[in-house]
Amino acid sequence: MTSFREIPPGTAYAGPETLNDAVIRIAGNSQDGIQSVGAMLARLAGRSEMDVMTYMTIPATISGGPSIFQVHMGSGRVLSAGDAADILVAFYQHSYDDHLESLRDGGVLLYDSTNVEPDLDVLRERRITPVPVPMTSLTIEILGGTGKKKGKNIFLLGLLAQAFRLDMEKIRRLLGEVFGHKDESVLRNALLALEGGYAYSIGDMQSFFTFEEPRHEAGEAGVTKVTMTGNQALAYGAVAAGIRFGAAYPITPWTEVMEQLRYDLPRYGGSFIQTEDELAGIAAALGAAYGGVPSMTGSSGPGLALKSEAISFAVMAEIPLLIVDVQRGGPSTGLPTNVEQSDLNLALHAGHGDAPRVVMAAANVEDCFHLVIEAVRIAHEYSVPVIFLSDQAIATRIEAFPLPDLTSVLQFPGAKPETVDSYKPYPLDRITRHMPPGTRITDGKYPNVTGLEHDEFGHPSANPKVHMAMTAKRRAKLEALAETLPRPAVQGPKAGELLLVGWGSTMGVIREAVDRAAASGVEYSAIHLRHLNPLPPGLEELFRRFERVLVVEMNDRDANGCGQLARVLRAQYALPHIGGITKTDGLSFRIGELLARIEETVGGHAVFVGPAVSHANPNH
Amino acid sequence: MVHTVNDTPVCAEQRPPLTRADLKADKPTWCPGCGDFSVLAIYQKLLEKKNLPQESIVTLSGIGCSSRFPYFVNTHSVHFIHGRILPFATGLSLSRPDLHPIVFIGDGDAYSIGGNHFDHCARKNVRLMVVVMDNQVYGLTKKQTSPTSPVGFKSKTDPWGSKVTPINPTKKLISSGATFVARTAASNPNHMLEMMEAALDHDGFSVVECFSECVQFNPGSFDAAVPRKGGAYPPVPEDHDVTNEEAAYALTREPFPGHFGIYFKVDRPTLNETEGGLAESPTSDTALKDVRQQLEASLRQLT
Repeated sequence: MTSFREIPPGTAYAGPETLNDAVIRIAGNSQDGIQSVGAMLARLAGRSEMDVMTYMTIPATISGGPSIFQVHMGSGRVLSAGDAADILVAFYQHSYDDHLESLRDGGVLLYDSTNVEPDLDVLRERRITPVPVPMTSLTIEILGGTGKKKGKNIFLLGLLAQAFRLDMEKIRRLLGEVFGHKDESVLRNALLALEGGYAYSIGDMQSFFTFEEPRHEAGEAGVTKVTMTGNQALAYGAVAAGIRFGAAYPITPWTEVMEQLRYDLPRYGGSFIQTEDELAGIAAALGAAYGGVPSMTGSSGPGLALKSEAISFAVMAEIPLLIVDVQRGGPSTGLPTNVEQSDLNLALHAGHGDAPRVVMAAANVEDCFHLVIEAVRIAHEYSVPVIFLSDQAIATRIEAFPLPDLTSVLQFPGAKPETVDSYKPYPLDRITRHMPPGTRITDGKYPNVTGLEHDEFGHPSANPKVHMAMTAKRRAKLEALAETLPRPAVQGPKAGELLLVGWGSTMGVIREAVDRAAASGVEYSAIHLRHLNPLPPGLEELFRRFERVLVVEMNDRDANGCGQLARVLRAQYALPHIGGITKTDGLSFRIGELLARIEETVGGHAVFVGPAVSHANPNH
Repeated sequence: MVHTVNDTPVCAEQRPPLTRADLKADKPTWCPGCGDFSVLAIYQKLLEKKNLPQESIVTLSGIGCSSRFPYFVNTHSVHFIHGRILPFATGLSLSRPDLHPIVFIGDGDAYSIGGNHFDHCARKNVRLMVVVMDNQVYGLTKKQTSPTSPVGFKSKTDPWGSKVTPINPTKKLISSGATFVARTAASNPNHMLEMMEAALDHDGFSVVECFSECVQFNPGSFDAAVPRKGGAYPPVPEDHDVTNEEAAYALTREPFPGHFGIYFKVDRPTLNETEGGLAESPTSDTALKDVRQQLEASLRQLT
């Protein structure tokens, strides 16, 4: 991360520095519209050549309570939500008190002087530049007292537009899109607040740094980007994947996916229904999938646990189904609005009996779109349930990624009824592909689709040979799939001292940690797994080329120091040099934190760990 | 459901009519004398009478003796898990309006492990026909108490006799919002056929509560409703107004054998109608092009 030049105490001020990469943390209360101004900044950045990544927390309380939104905008690869903030915006005294720790030394504190009184001695000591702006009183003044405290967020957007020299024309257009469908006065007030913030003099800030919208990298020129959350991307991805029926029960942080599909699917000739419970959700989705319509259900951990009996049925009856799990902290009700990767065990094993299923995990928001298309394709090619793991961090953060080329990615793997001479639903010599009901079978033998062990026609059979053959049939599909999977790309040297293995939302932070280590002369390597069952080929050979393999994941370790994926890999390859870096604080890894943990685990290396890791809880 | 979805319930093309021979499948594995044989025979008779295209019939079940049903009738069929066949059938009914999904389950599936789904299918008025083969005992697992077992019923899980008030299925179904509730018995095949036909013709969630004796573990349980065994089979009074909910409740409060026939029948929009139904599977190039344009427009709003 390019950052402010740090001025050692006593050094003469040498004029503004040029920034092209910055982390902004906005702290206030949940009703202040922080999320929406953060989202607008993100979309704005996405529309320019800037990369963008956001991180937010929403309190579990329904209304009120502290809330933050963090935007990382800048050049090049912006991969993690960043460590310390370069700029902290504090609306209230508690925002200042709770988040000053997350502002790095030498940063900028932009605060609402109507509400906040900073400790100037502390700021001086930490070389933090205070920029007081009476945001509340100015907003009330601008909006003629009618808007009360509302509009403060848009005023702030104007301030930031000024500080970061953002394109005001683009902002006005964005506000028009966001508020255009509401009452005319809403847009008028928003524009007034924006202009007010833009016109307010924050000369101090500009004399400290100037922000230049970075120039795009070669090859990125003219790429149109979309900006959205992981949950939005998952819903759009499901449509592109051909999903036309869904059924589920609301649960945080999965709910937005079903809300969006409920609204969107009818426009594609589909339907998404809210069911009475989790069990009905997967059952209804299986019913539609049996009907030949590509279908899905989804939930978070507690719901996936409830669905497990039906997952075993889907495996036994060989019904293609997409099952999404947007993970949160567990066990039990756990941490509903925090991130954890602790559902891997459940995803791999949920259900009774030998029930091989496919498990995949999205690494970022873009994956939620593209990888879900692959998941649905696999489900239908192999007539198997696919559990697709996302997590709270991916679900809620906003990223920009290239507008997908729909011509090349759209698919519809549904099955239409036709007339056939004869039909066996469970042939032993090939992979099951169900003919949907409505299929006329002229030899007059109609099939059973069943959860009982069955022969090739679906008739119940407890014959030992049949059970062995059918169990092998269900397992062999996954073996065949594994052979088609791509070997994960290695970042860094192909052999060496340390290989980091990641899955899910840790990808960005692992990549940036490897880059930072390399910049300080320490060579680490990393791979990121998207296919967790079956595993891609070549892993054992790769692991053997490293002295140590550390799996980085957000869950708890076992007696061997292994998290959930590490344990799987250790069992699979019987390699004792596989270990793990785990954590259970319900928060995403930060780069400095991860580097420090690596150093602590491996020992001996002098790795630059970046700005001091703050132990303040960024939730507050 | 058959006649109102589309007006061509019978085969559009010239085909020999559907016969009971076409519908025969595996030999039933029920105990000799089981009431379920009669239900199976009447179902096959019903399908023969309605002459639906064979491929459009889907026979669905949960778990239990009665739920072995799908193996014994030659249609597309699903033998799902315990308690969940109603939501499964809901997904099928919504996504494939061209089919005729018909569910056969027992009292355990319907009123115990899957009780919640029964309530919600009823209130949503899913276009679906359900026959509950109620034997007031768990037979497949060899005599445990069922949610409809009467007080005092001795089973392996209630060796001193059940002390719990049984479910009153018809009352529960009406209060849940079912738009067609009828009561019949396997011992009266003609009446059973009449009820099943009325249920099949109903546009909405139709339930036939059908007493089907378990001769092995609950013999004689329904004798009071069998005239040749000294019982009575009183029909629903001729002046009963099937749209009157209060009158229907009054019928449900009568002691066994009560009345047989349609207790309640009203018209209310089905979930299938209110959901709008799914479009024809968009497999054609044109349909996919439409999807592409629509999705592209949505994504461009996020650029």
